[in-house]
Amino acid sequence: MLSVTITHAFPGLSLKAQFDAPNGVTALFGRSGSGKTTLVNAVAGLLRPDHARITLEGDVLVDTAANIFVPPHRRRIGYVFQEARLFPHLTVQQNLRYGRFFAPRGNRADFDQIVDLLGLAPLLARRPIGLSGGEKQRVALGRAILSQPRLLLLDEPLAALDEPRKAEILPYLERLRDDLRLPMLYVSHSAAEVARLATTLVLIDAGRVTAAGPAADLLSDPNIAPEFGVREAGAILTAKVIAHEADGLTRLDCAAGPLWLPRVDLPPGARLRLRILAQDVMLALHRPDAISALNILPATVKDLRLGDGAGAMVQLDAGGDLVLARVTRRSVENLRLAPGVAVHLVLKAVSVAPQSIGGENQP
Amino acid sequence: MTAWLTPDQWQAVALSLRVSLWAVAVSLPLGVLVAHALARWQFPGRQLLNGLVHLPLILPPVVTGYLLLLTFGRKGAIGQYLDMIGVVFAFRWTGAALAAGVMAFPLMVRAIRLASEAVDPKLEQAASTLGASKPWVFLTVTLPLILPGIVVGAILAFAKAMGEFGATITFVSNIPGQTQTLPSAIYATLQVPDGDAQALRLVMVSFTIAMVALVLCEWLGRVVARKIGGRA
Repeated sequence: MLSVTITHAFPGLSLKAQFDAPNGVTALFGRSGSGKTTLVNAVAGLLRPDHARITLEGDVLVDTAANIFVPPHRRRIGYVFQEARLFPHLTVQQNLRYGRFFAPRGNRADFDQIVDLLGLAPLLARRPIGLSGGEKQRVALGRAILSQPRLLLLDEPLAALDEPRKAEILPYLERLRDDLRLPMLYVSHSAAEVARLATTLVLIDAGRVTAAGPAADLLSDPNIAPEFGVREAGAILTAKVIAHEADGLTRLDCAAGPLWLPRVDLPPGARLRLRILAQDVMLALHRPDAISALNILPATVKDLRLGDGAGAMVQLDAGGDLVLARVTRRSVENLRLAPGVAVHLVLKAVSVAPQSIGGENQP
Repeated sequence: MTAWLTPDQWQAVALSLRVSLWAVAVSLPLGVLVAHALARWQFPGRQLLNGLVHLPLILPPVVTGYLLLLTFGRKGAIGQYLDMIGVVFAFRWTGAALAAGVMAFPLMVRAIRLASEAVDPKLEQAASTLGASKPWVFLTVTLPLILPGIVVGAILAFAKAMGEFGATITFVSNIPGQTQTLPSAIYATLQVPDGDAQALRLVMVSFTIAMVALVLCEWLGRVVARKIGGRA
């Protein structure tokens, strides 16, 4: 576990934050300029904060009160930067081995396993200058992992990539989270990435932590959801692949019942994580019939928040999973929605975009 | 029929090569250190160091030679102590190498400094997060990235050292077989009646060495740049 308490002032921003990052992926979410990169740089040791106490697994990395500052090369914290920062004078293979060279002997990460996991074998002999943005970022990831870090920092590693490249990298990050169980601190201002990857969420605004907690709770909290932007707000559901059906649909099971989505490329039995956008969820008091939407699940209203405009966010309990629905205030009045009211949530099969579906291989 | 060059003149060519190679070899590590310090470190006296390094470039070479004589002569400020431990510069080929090294130093430092300023500190940060301590970062990241600048600096300094005349003749005089370098030999030959033909041959030798150094510089620079990242 990583614990951070920090105060740091620099022109234009005063940072005053405290948060814990347990194992798993902790996402630091906030607008550009809110102080996220400063926080991560302080954890890496690339920045000397004015006042701070930072500990990792009980080891003190920084304690300004006790005049302790562990230099970056002794922290064993990997860092994947927004620009890959590969060494231009080395080949991909040499870049990867560079990370491993300084790792503690003994239980060194298996070079071939990491190369395999990140699909780097075809790139080994090449030089960074000839790689695409996505390839560079994969090499940077591999290089950081091979240094055997106790924690991996990722500062908007996908921000410089276009959508197809992002989609190419995200599954690898999921594998690092689930297969290697590498603790990560992930800086992002993309709600979609956070929903795919995060297990813990820390929201940052103007140098202050505004909310922190398990990602599933925060993403489905109607009072916090607007922070992601009303069109980006959405909860995460975990589900299991049951079968691929003949008409191209895949049947999934989640806690509240069956779901059908356009073909999901995972074998039956695989667990996955779905991001259900609040604006894609419809509510009905009675189970609708003769309707084209395939997915109708029983749920209970748990909480709701009326917006300043015409909209309202409704948090639903669907068999234990929390789902968020964005409806109008008029509908809230018409249906008399209030905590405890039983409803049915309606979700079109085609409304869940493939980018919103991620693998999840956790016990 | 006289020889194409007299033995003394051949000796002058050999001596010039030896003096220049030593001058560059010994001053190169110091040049890298000073260039890196000027490019990247903030420290008190940085401007003073910068001025000192450039002094031989702006002073008349005779003045530099005289200052060397005052400092490193047998009775000089530093020379008298070096004399005690058996290190003598005055009127020896080592003195010629010292003069050549000092005169070439500004050119060497300028070339390396440019390369040093162009290195992205973000790459060095990345190396430190991968576990490399500061000396390791310098050896494995900074040094390879400034290598083209070092090559250019070294060859420029070599060429300058080959041509050095004023400071050398002032500091160590013009003793055939001892301190008579190629430029000094040309000068001496021109003082002799009918020496023009001999001088012209020495000029041809000098010209050839300079051209080879220049071509080598271009070629090495391109090879290193290609190794480093396809720039060329």
